[in-house]
Amino acid sequence: MSAVIYLDNNATTQVDPEVVEAILPYLTQYYGNPSSMHSFGGQVGKALKQARVQVAALLSAEESEIIFTSCGTEGNNTAIRAALTAQPDRKHLITTQVEHACVLNLFKQLEKQGYTVTYLSVDHKGQLDLMELEAAITGNTALVSMMYANNETGTVFPVEQAGAIAKEYGATFHVDAVQVAGKLPLNMKISTIDLMTISGHKLHAPKGVGALYVRRGFRFRPLLIGGHQERGRRAGTENVAGIIGLGKAAELAQLHLADVATEKKLRDRLEKGLLAIPNTEINGDRKNRLPNTTNIGFKYIEGEAILLSLDQYGICASSGSACTSGSLEPSHVLRAMGLPYTTLHGSIRFSLSRYTTEAEVDRVLEVMPGIVERLRALSPFNNDQAEWLQDREEALVGAV
Amino acid sequence: MWDYSEKVLDLFYNPKNQGAIEDPNQDGVAVVFGEVGSIACGDALRLHLKIEVEADKILDARFQTFGCTSAIASSSALTEIIKGITLDAALNISNRDIANYLGGLPEEKMHCSVMGQEALEAAIFKYRGIEVEQHEDDDGALICSCFGVSENRIRRVVIENNLTTVEQVTSYVKAGGGCSSCGAEIEDLIAAIQQEKELTASRVAAEIATAQAQNRPLTTVQKINLVQTVLQEVRPMLLADGGDVELYDVEGDTVKVVLKGACGSCSSSTATLKNAIEVRLRERVLPTLIVEAVS
Ligand code: FES
Repeated sequence: MSAVIYLDNNATTQVDPEVVEAILPYLTQYYGNPSSMHSFGGQVGKALKQARVQVAALLSAEESEIIFTSCGTEGNNTAIRAALTAQPDRKHLITTQVEHACVLNLFKQLEKQGYTVTYLSVDHKGQLDLMELEAAITGNTALVSMMYANNETGTVFPVEQAGAIAKEYGATFHVDAVQVAGKLPLNMKISTIDLMTISGHKLHAPKGVGALYVRRGFRFRPLLIGGHQERGRRAGTENVAGIIGLGKAAELAQLHLADVATEKKLRDRLEKGLLAIPNTEINGDRKNRLPNTTNIGFKYIEGEAILLSLDQYGICASSGSACTSGSLEPSHVLRAMGLPYTTLHGSIRFSLSRYTTEAEVDRVLEVMPGIVERLRALSPFNNDQAEWLQDREEALVGAV
Repeated sequence: MWDYSEKVLDLFYNPKNQGAIEDPNQDGVAVVFGEVGSIACGDALRLHLKIEVEADKILDARFQTFGCTSAIASSSALTEIIKGITLDAALNISNRDIANYLGGLPEEKMHCSVMGQEALEAAIFKYRGIEVEQHEDDDGALICSCFGVSENRIRRVVIENNLTTVEQVTSYVKAGGGCSSCGAEIEDLIAAIQQEKELTASRVAAEIATAQAQNRPLTTVQKINLVQTVLQEVRPMLLADGGDVELYDVEGDTVKVVLKGACGSCSSSTATLKNAIEVRLRERVLPTLIVEAVS
């Protein structure tokens, strides 16, 4: 296999070499426990403080507003639970249909525990209609929880407007910003967000570390109970190396925010080239989208087959097709967007990073037309049957 | 990422027999295709056969597949397996044969091999003018509405592949893989099939034991009883294909059966069925039994 062309950065990212360098001493030399009463442990505590400053800076937040966690899933679970305990009398929750599984499945469980949950719908671009939020929210709403940007399509939600609505009704506003930190500027000082989740491995830190932003003054209750780490808000001995890495990654992310324009240019170049292939479509909101993401539907062929074909050239991407999910259902995000099945099963997401080069993008553009052509030649479906297929699929779906 | 065998990857990257077959409009040669699946489900296979009418033989087989790596590989494998064999022999091909040819499939991908087997059957039945069971019209037997899977289709894979869990059924025919509300029903069905199987086995064993204890061959009445139980087991599979079987008589070691519906309407398929039933009866009752189809 040739060198890897990694265009799956919304799944996870390469750890920045500078991050690795920052971490290493804490895996070898400085192995002390920051809670210990000796200076050997104490110097680790200082390093943690430094990491907290770095993460706070990326979010324009205060250090005391940052809690280190183990991952995005923990951050989201903690935030949602904290919102419920903050206002125990309120039994209504609002989220969207396109959230990450760690949010959606938690809400499903909360429904079983007696909460009423409104799942806001999205349009064919994956975008929210805030009127729907306004219609759903009441004085009984404890929490509005939504992602900042969608991992599959890159569609960015109007979170600040949504937060303003939440505020009006006294509901907690939680945002899953896992895909956004390091890609779009964040400023918690002028934000309506109460709780916000970020994850290390999406911004060139290692896996197994994340952070939760908790607005000062928020009545926070921890999920993990135990020692006094994180000022009693997240018990458990700190993942020191991970946290140091996240701190460094946050610092680098801020430095590189300016490069995002270059990333976007490359993304646009890739997208333009791919759209030149017949019967392709962008899935997502072109106007409000992460600069690094493009999700394209290649009609009449199936995503997993495309991915395996790309794999031959060392190109890594992902797909919303049923066959890649391990379940038999295609992506819940693309389905919520009401995309036709012809597009849905052949959807491929390319997500770039600051390491992506023009040569890599061009290599994808070089091989993709051939891959699509080959698979389309194998397929029994093609554009001549478009109308017939559409009718048939509708009949099939209607029958269910 | 799925753990595919070398053979799967090879047939995916370099598929054999892709495309459609042009009808040569030649005497004695027929061209037909069978299709299963849909874009909604995420995979579909159109299998084209060129048939030598006189010999009832597959001259050429080609495929067009919309689907994942293993769907494409399974389709290609199927065409390789069936080229040059008779339609009767082709009808005996099971999804396991396809999976074996590929050096195995990840269990979650077994439905790709089932799709191959079903497309083959669809093509042959179409050629022979046999109505295939319409799942949509047959609500009573529909177990999984998400994927339109009937009781008979589930029965068939469960029996043919010795499946024991709902997850396995989902992997083989997708049933249960959507809203999963049909899970309990699938579980019941698996239990029922298991029970039927055990019942037959214990009844057969008991009868044979008695006969042996009394040191005499099975009486005709005993044979009839045993044959009946085994036929009950085979019936669901025939029903799935739009046919049925009934015991007509037992004379010595000759078992006479009436083949009905789809099975009875064409002479060549009777041979297949006769064989399939005979194999089963010999295995379960007496190795000397001969099956004869009467009309
Ligand atoms: S009915 Fe079978 S999965 Fe929904």
